[in-house]
Amino acid sequence: MSAPQLMFEEEFEEIQRVCDRLHNESNSKVVFIVDKNGQPIAASGELEDLDITSLATLTAGNIAATGGMASLLAEKEFSTQFHEGESSNIHIQIVGQRVILVVIFDQRSSLGLVRLRVRKTSEELSAIFDRLIAKAATPGISTPLDEITDEDIENLFND
Amino acid sequence: MSFINIASREINCKIVYYGPGLCGKTTNLQYIYGHTNPDAKGKMISLATETDRTLFFDFLPLSLGEIRGFKTRFHLYTVPGQVFYNASRKLILKGVDGVVFVADSQIDRLEANIESVENLKENLNDQGYDLERIPYIVQYNKRDLTHIATVQELRELLNHRSVPDFEAVATMGIGVFETLKAIAKLVFLELKRTHS
Repeated sequence: MSAPQLMFEEEFEEIQRVCDRLHNESNSKVVFIVDKNGQPIAASGELEDLDITSLATLTAGNIAATGGMASLLAEKEFSTQFHEGESSNIHIQIVGQRVILVVIFDQRSSLGLVRLRVRKTSEELSAIFDRLIAKAATPGISTPLDEITDEDIENLFND
Repeated sequence: MSFINIASREINCKIVYYGPGLCGKTTNLQYIYGHTNPDAKGKMISLATETDRTLFFDFLPLSLGEIRGFKTRFHLYTVPGQVFYNASRKLILKGVDGVVFVADSQIDRLEANIESVENLKENLNDQGYDLERIPYIVQYNKRDLTHIATVQELRELLNHRSVPDFEAVATMGIGVFETLKAIAKLVFLELKRTHS
């Protein structure tokens, strides 16, 4: 399953709402969603001083490496990962084979609660991403690239 | 694979620097990191061994300005060049929009360059890409060293497709930004072609 190539306003808001809700319901520090290529999609929670771009890339790298291990063991994927630290823990879940849902939490929450909420949220997210992919594949859908001229591209590099 | 976020008005693309071990892929990224406006770059991440050889990848997020109100963001990656890290190289090519092949100009590295291009071709095929079609730039690095092959020789061996190529001394920044601009431009032109 491929990652989404286009994100529209409507679905973006919906995904953001789901992220916000999971953040509240799981008592977590941070929730973020990243595609399998490492592009951050949405984030919620205590984001100040947090480098989401780097975290997203490393998450995707981690999932890619684990996926490589899975295929060597003839497994489809290892859909869940959990990393336990001294004060922070990370729960990583592959959603619909497309995107990665990451929850960072501390002693205010528990692995059981995070797992429970992630499971419920995954189904919801999976449906949104299915819809998003179908929408992006609709013939005639317009993207900003339609309007970009060769001159615009040249101008980007004139400094 | 590019990711266009219409909601946050961003276009994100992935560029991978490929090449044999010690050819200067990481040095290219380090130079870019060291000579870019702080507002335009994120943190550079290097997953390296204790002896500073790339273990998994280097990563540098970079903003290149706006096109029609859309921010353009490039995610630059390197692969580990050492032969036995092939599984990692394959993973990093997932979702790639453009490839820079960094060749080591030294005569005794010619074979390593050729092997690396072959390896790139195979790994791209495994991910469903074709080296003959993907946005691609070749950089002949280490032009300041002695015992180097001529550009003509390197071109014949490594640039069958006659894509834009650049001479470079990555440690001094020569050819580094020219290479980056050229691949970014090719990626945009390809995006425009495939989306229109």
